[in-house]
Amino acid sequence: MSAIIEVENLTKKFKDFTAVNGITFSVEQSDIFAFLGPNGAGKTTTIKMLTTLLKPTSGTIKINGFDPMIDKDAVRKSFGIVFQDPSLDDELTAWENMEFHGVLYHVPKELRRKRIDELLEIVELNDRRNNLVKQFSGGMKRRLEIARGLLHHPKVLFLDEPTIGLDPQTRNHLWQYVIDLNKEEGITVFLTTHYMEEAEKVARKIAIIDHGNIVAQGSAEVLREQTKSDSLENAFLALTGKAIRDEDASGIDAMRQRHRMWTKR
Amino acid sequence: MNVVYILWLRQLKRTFRSKSRVIGSLGQPLLFLFALGFGFGPIYAKANAGANYMDVIAPGVMAMGILFTAVFSGIEIIWDRQFGFLKETLVAPTSRMNIMIGRTLGGATIASIQGIIIFCFTFIAGFRPTSYMMLPVALLIVFLIAVLFTALGTAIASVLSDFQGFQLVMNFLVMPLFFLSGALFPLQNLPTVLAIIVRIDPLSYGVDGLRGALIPPAHLGLPLDLTVLGAITLLLLIIGSYLFSRIEA
Repeated sequence: MSAIIEVENLTKKFKDFTAVNGITFSVEQSDIFAFLGPNGAGKTTTIKMLTTLLKPTSGTIKINGFDPMIDKDAVRKSFGIVFQDPSLDDELTAWENMEFHGVLYHVPKELRRKRIDELLEIVELNDRRNNLVKQFSGGMKRRLEIARGLLHHPKVLFLDEPTIGLDPQTRNHLWQYVIDLNKEEGITVFLTTHYMEEAEKVARKIAIIDHGNIVAQGSAEVLREQTKSDSLENAFLALTGKAIRDEDASGIDAMRQRHRMWTKR
Repeated sequence: MNVVYILWLRQLKRTFRSKSRVIGSLGQPLLFLFALGFGFGPIYAKANAGANYMDVIAPGVMAMGILFTAVFSGIEIIWDRQFGFLKETLVAPTSRMNIMIGRTLGGATIASIQGIIIFCFTFIAGFRPTSYMMLPVALLIVFLIAVLFTALGTAIASVLSDFQGFQLVMNFLVMPLFFLSGALFPLQNLPTVLAIIVRIDPLSYGVDGLRGALIPPAHLGLPLDLTVLGAITLLLLIIGSYLFSRIEA
């Protein structure tokens, strides 16, 4: 097997604050990789750098063999993403959101229409295809986002806390769907979540990030043994401490806010 | 090309699906047209040997409607950012330039339609163009104003991260652009300071151009109006594309 995501010494600094501090990891093709960490640990910043949304301060990234800073479009074609926050256009219908995505990714018309039909069927939204997205529930929106992320047949699927705010039924359903997809299509999955049991159940490899550093990586089993814990949740707590990060996170938020204010971004 | 088209189409669909927005944005220009048009009409006629104030204000409110709609559609990027949709377009394997062009053309089309609707209302208010032969030129100017201010809105939205700065933009940029453009008064015999300010305001050339096409002659001259509008539109498109290309989500 070969690595489809390779990250070396990746660092991101916002002014004097280091969000990601020289992390190194790799994800094998067709693997399910969980990237875990407390709030403000640097997960989303890392995903943004992997997906060409943020420029790294230093370090190298290879996605499907391409550098996100040099071959932006090649990287963008290689992955699909479900963002932490919803990113659908509420004023468009489910079908229109799919169509929009397909055009942006240059999927030829016939193939696009066919795939949209298939995917809407798979995520069980075919009967709602002409409804405006603003009438959808949180779970339906998530399903649509996953379908959308798959429309251009990406090699890697990024899922940034995809199950946040969903009921257990929908969560189960969603993960089962992701597992099937990985099995059948061999698609590599890169996910983040705060639900440790989900990560334990779904992911074959896990990396834990805290304060911008990767503090441990390996399978759930390895992490449990390493910390002599009986569950991934306890392993996670042993590695990252029990202190609540809200304050920490809001401090970072404030710093980012200030950074944004001064740079007007 | 397809990308530009789908972005254009999206802008149009979004706008025409919310009827309240279309009607709402007509309210202010029409209020100006009817209240000021009929309110100042008699005094204006007395002071100017029977001249019609409608001839002054009709092109003015057309420009006003276009200005507000255009800036607002440009600024809509902030919405897209807050509702996360912007990220979807930013991670797509498509040049930012295409995204910017599609959005701008979409916004400009909506603003132009707005201008045409207001033009129809000016008929009800009693406005009549001197010559209908010049309507295509008027349409060109309508579109130029629309592109110019949509690009301006896009440029501004690219550097604002939320709506807190929006009020500032409305009060210190859009309102002065409107009031100082001569949309509500003729450009003849202005005090020197105001005359200078008017010439700095790009909307003045739009208003003057509309007057030149609908009820000639133009005060500043149609060729100058078209040149200035064209040049500033191009400049703002370049600045807007540059700022938009620098957005990091």
